[in-house]
Amino acid sequence: MRAGDLLRLTSSSLVAHRLRTLLTILGISVGIASVVLLTSIGEGVHRFVVTEFSQFGTNLVGINPGKATTAGTSIGVFGTARPLTLDDAEALKKLPFARAVVPMVTGNAEVEADNRRRRTTIYGVGPQMPEAFRMELQLGRFLPADEPSAPRAFAVLGSKLRRELFGERSPLGERITIAGSRYRVLGVMASKGTILGFDLDDTVYLPTARAMALFNTQSLFEIDLLYAEHTSVEKVVAAIRQLLESRHGRDDVTITTQQQMLDVLSSVLDVLTFSVAAIGGISLLVGAIGIVTIMTIAVNERTNEIGLLRALGARRSQVLGLFLGEAVVLAMSGGLLGLALGVGVAQLLHLLLAALPVRISLLYILLAESVALLIGLLAGVLPARRAAQLDPVAALRAE
Amino acid sequence: MIELRAINRSYSVGGQPVRALDNIDLDIDAGAYLSIMGPSGSGKSTLLNILGLLDRPSSGHYRLDGHDVTALSDLEQAQVRNQRIGFVFQMFHLIPRLTAAENVALPLLLAGVAPGRREPLVAKALQELDMGDRAHHKPEQLSGGQRQRVAIARATVTEPELLLADEPTGNLDHHSGQEVIRILESLNSRGITLIMVTHDPEMGRRASRRIKLVDGRLADPDVAT
Ligand SMILES: Nc1ncnc2c1ncn2[C@@H]1O[C@H](COP(=O)(O)OP(=O)(O)OP(=O)(O)O)[C@@H](O)[C@H]1O
Ligand SMILES: [Mg+2]
Repeated sequence: MRAGDLLRLTSSSLVAHRLRTLLTILGISVGIASVVLLTSIGEGVHRFVVTEFSQFGTNLVGINPGKATTAGTSIGVFGTARPLTLDDAEALKKLPFARAVVPMVTGNAEVEADNRRRRTTIYGVGPQMPEAFRMELQLGRFLPADEPSAPRAFAVLGSKLRRELFGERSPLGERITIAGSRYRVLGVMASKGTILGFDLDDTVYLPTARAMALFNTQSLFEIDLLYAEHTSVEKVVAAIRQLLESRHGRDDVTITTQQQMLDVLSSVLDVLTFSVAAIGGISLLVGAIGIVTIMTIAVNERTNEIGLLRALGARRSQVLGLFLGEAVVLAMSGGLLGLALGVGVAQLLHLLLAALPVRISLLYILLAESVALLIGLLAGVLPARRAAQLDPVAALRAE
Repeated sequence: MIELRAINRSYSVGGQPVRALDNIDLDIDAGAYLSIMGPSGSGKSTLLNILGLLDRPSSGHYRLDGHDVTALSDLEQAQVRNQRIGFVFQMFHLIPRLTAAENVALPLLLAGVAPGRREPLVAKALQELDMGDRAHHKPEQLSGGQRQRVAIARATVTEPELLLADEPTGNLDHHSGQEVIRILESLNSRGITLIMVTHDPEMGRRASRRIKLVDGRLADPDVAT
């Protein structure tokens, strides 16, 4: 039998039962639509998080004191590892590929200016921070390259903290007080917004040595190193490890590359997208059961017709093909409608909630359609096989 | 053309064997006009189904044009049905959602004949049965006699050698029945072998050859039962 004839014959019976055909298609399309919609949202969130995360650049390496434990946290600050010091940071700066090195400590403290107070995040950082993290200044300049162990008492404000403390007034040259020490404001950072709930603008940047004194710590929390483009990460990591091992007498640091962090984040988000897709899959299953039901009814109703076709010389395989074809046409139409529905709702969501990132992934669309095809075949195979196995004489005599 | 040798067909009903056909020997020449009569349950339809390769005998041999068709596979039998045998049923068995022309085209469609080659054959088959102007009507828009004519067009569109009719007038009034018989007889007069099961003795007598079944066995057709 020709493909065109097969299609026309299968559609003729689907058209003859418009209402139930439509309902069955709707059942599948709801499943496909939910898979498309949920995965679109999942993919969108994924993309969003990854771009936010990689805005600091991808050739960054983070060095933390202590070996990462199996639980994933670094024991350095509390444990027995040697502290990571400003001298370590200075030594790292001499590595040939090092473009910028930022020794860092963080903590919270109250900042006071003009009788206004605000509790905020304090970052003790080196002068190369803007370069390393690709951050821009809005006003003034960043912390100068003073002697690392005895820097002058300067501070740079995050844009939000500046607004909170000084309003629209220029804070340049003004004094702020943190835990009894006074700092002169040198500059204001351009706004960075929030990343994963952290407000990057509600901050103060101080010279590292001053912040260490403020928090009374001997060890840096982290050293971030920006390496030259086109250098292999493995070489960078190995060189850092070798240098610090010779300085500390043993290998007691954890080195995390930005790429590793992105990979971990990506895989977590992939699992998220996949789980959401699986939830959508459940509604697909319900749709598939609808097809099995309708095809079983169709075979029962058309037993005479099956007998007739056999009498006219239809092979079993042709009868199988006819009923399988019907199930596939049902499933694929449901797939297309579901795709339209899913994409439509995703776009609508995007219009209504611009903040909710929606990304329609071609991969998932193709997957949804292949799944629809597969569902059609699986749902159709049992009823269609039953049709093909019918004894022609009995089928012709059926009431 | 047809040779049946020691054909048996038994069903097992509740563990008990039921002999629907009991040791049938029968030869039918090409171009014959044969009627099969007999009481209800005597095995007429069973015999016709075996002749039409819709059913397989439990034992015995069936030769069609010298070939043992009992040995053919399902697939080969389907092909023989499609090309060489036409069926006419008491219940017409037209597909209700298809037009008359589409119903007639079915055997060609199953054989994979291209639409362009199909159309003239279908038109001709319908024309010969005076149904040319009803080609695009659905079965429900046709009378019983007209439906049976469409069914006959479907049976003859592949120009088979053998036409099997199981009580073709059983669902028709006397007038339409007479017309259907005339049509079948005219097909027979053009060379097609016609085998017809009928309950009507008057119609049965019109056949040039009659056989009678009683309890699955061949009996003398002129002895009343
Ligand atoms: N599928 C089946 N299972 C069991 N017995 C069957 C089956 N089909 C037919 N029979 C039996 O075979 C015998 C012959 O049946 P068949 O249909 O050939 O009779 P018939 O002569 O065509 O009768 P009618 O004139 O009523 O159509 C009957 O006794 C019937 O009960
Ligand atoms: Mg019968």
